[in-house]
Amino acid sequence: MADSKDANVPVIDLHNISKIYGHGEAEVRAMDGVSLSIAKGEFVAIMGPSGSGKSTAMNMIGCLDRPTNGDYLFNGVHVGNLTKDQRAILRRNYLGFVFQGFNLLPRTSALDNVELPLIYKGVPAAERRAQALDALAKVGLKGREHHDPSELSGGQQQRAAIARALVGSPQVILADEPTGNLDTKLSLEIMELLKLLNERDHITIVMVTHEEDMATYAQRVIWMVDGRVERDGPPAEVFDHERHSA
Amino acid sequence: MIWETVRLAIQAIYRNALRSILTVLGVVIGVGAVIAMVTVGQGSSDQVTADVAKLGTNVLMVMPGAGQMGPGNNSVSAALDAKDVEALIDQLSSVRTAAPYNATSLNAVFGTEDTRTSVAGTDTRYLDVVDWPIVLGRGFLPTEESSGKAVCIIGETVRQELFGNTNPIGEKIRLKNVSCEIIGLFEAKGASSFGSDQDDIVLMPIKAFQRRVTGSTDITMIYVAAASNVSTDRTLVDIEALMRERRRISDGEEDDFNVRDMKQMASMLTGITDVLTGLLSAVAAVSLLVGGIGIMNIMLVSVTERTREIGIRLAIGATANQVLLQFLVEAIVLSMIGGIVGILLGLGLAAVASNVMAIPFSPDLAIVAIAFLFSAAVGVIFGYFPARRAARLDPIEALRHQ
Ligand SMILES: Nc1ncnc2c1ncn2[C@@H]1O[C@H](COP(=O)(O)OP(=O)(O)O)[C@@H](O)[C@H]1O
Ligand SMILES: [Mg+2]
Repeated sequence: MADSKDANVPVIDLHNISKIYGHGEAEVRAMDGVSLSIAKGEFVAIMGPSGSGKSTAMNMIGCLDRPTNGDYLFNGVHVGNLTKDQRAILRRNYLGFVFQGFNLLPRTSALDNVELPLIYKGVPAAERRAQALDALAKVGLKGREHHDPSELSGGQQQRAAIARALVGSPQVILADEPTGNLDTKLSLEIMELLKLLNERDHITIVMVTHEEDMATYAQRVIWMVDGRVERDGPPAEVFDHERHSA
Repeated sequence: MIWETVRLAIQAIYRNALRSILTVLGVVIGVGAVIAMVTVGQGSSDQVTADVAKLGTNVLMVMPGAGQMGPGNNSVSAALDAKDVEALIDQLSSVRTAAPYNATSLNAVFGTEDTRTSVAGTDTRYLDVVDWPIVLGRGFLPTEESSGKAVCIIGETVRQELFGNTNPIGEKIRLKNVSCEIIGLFEAKGASSFGSDQDDIVLMPIKAFQRRVTGSTDITMIYVAAASNVSTDRTLVDIEALMRERRRISDGEEDDFNVRDMKQMASMLTGITDVLTGLLSAVAAVSLLVGGIGIMNIMLVSVTERTREIGIRLAIGATANQVLLQFLVEAIVLSMIGGIVGILLGLGLAAVASNVMAIPFSPDLAIVAIAFLFSAAVGVIFGYFPARRAARLDPIEALRHQ
């Protein structure tokens, strides 16, 4: 459906996107005329102060939301024209999600959690199991397949969540503050893992983070303020500018 | 996909084991109650039918009193007497034999033992009518009957109460102020469908009973055995005609007596049982409905509690229908489990109750199947609304929940 044969078409292409909550006095422009495009294989970090619209942008990119104004093309397909179910199918086929709070199903083994997206895709049981085991091995959770989330450390839970995002062979992994609940050492391990997936498997990664240390893993930083893209470029350049303006 | 959904549902039910148990309790109780009621009801109907067959379908009873059978209906009408018995036998070819039968409840005492029992006055012909063998001793002799001698034949229960397993023949028991010699012991019969113990009985010659117990020559009931070559209905008509003539009831006047056959007794009794079963089953069905509302309630709570889970499922690519199906199947599986447990519980209760009540255990496959389908339907009906609510959630809102 959203597979473009043309390698030059960006995976993610936002044209003047606005997302407005509320009316009149209470109106909030969570995104205010955002235009940006992300090419296949990029590793992008979205940064900015709290409330600047980063999560809103991620939900938009992740096809969980629809813009108030503007066009979003995913692989050249107008997401704004898709129904709720069509967007669900697009998500299951092309996108993987990693959340700050891991969001694994409680009292459900790592393996069952990772198999979940494949169940919705209708992958047969045996194949599903093999793919899930493979994804868990990739994130270094071999031997932990049958543990519940409560029996895993924070870092291990986030690895399981990455395995779940990874299992359907997505084009894009979207991670909203994936290291927000982890200490520095574990955060760096998770970043190494994302970097590996980006470099080896050519998965496009879009990540929201507060920390420069994590953002330096990306090739590109998008700095948002008040629902607008204020700066967009390589990490060093963006940080340098922010330091000078601060 | 559907099997996958069922598997997921079972997983989710298992993950919330305690809540699941509480959820289905209503359905378990509802289905269990319906099954137990219907099974016990069926068993007692079967028992009545079997009892009547045992007693003989050719047995009729004549009682004074007008109108339908019931307590206190013989207070105004003239009693029967011994001549009526003889007339029935002599004048009707459709009557094989007949016997008078007066009964009351008395204490029977032997030594230090005593027991409340049913004492009846009758004659040898009664043993013929109801076809009841004597296993020890003998029946009444003609001389004993004509002289009204105080001799008696007892049932197995009376024997057990007063004598245990020892031989009671020749012993004397006291009934009110009558000392009565035991000459025979009846074969054990067991409980009747009336709920009474048929072996809890003492029979004595009717003359002895009239003279020493009631002090009146009235007869309160006549047992009649129809001749083998005629129908009971025919015999009934004959008896009615003869009795009207004997009691000088003119045309157009109502009978002041009652003739009943065992078929009528049976249908009346099964009728009562059926009405009772129906009423209790209706109550039980209401509890099943309440059980269904319980499922809906808990499923709604469950949807709220699992909002985040639903958000995750939607984010990773579940369609609204897949979520709807999951919650619907969960409700159906839950209530079917409740149904199965309820059926087993109901059958178990019915088995125990049947045993205690000494009636046959008569499980009805059709009722079991209906109860099962009904519990599945409860799941569909009461699971749909919560499931639809889950499916309509917005993934972003759901993920942000709590
Ligand atoms: N569902 C919503 N309803 C109303 N306002 C919202 C909603 N979601 C986000 N906002 C507002 O939009 C702005 C951007 O929010 P968000 O994208 O979560 O910021 P960030 O992730 O950068 O902290 C904030 O002011 C927030 O309060
Ligand atoms: Mg945020």
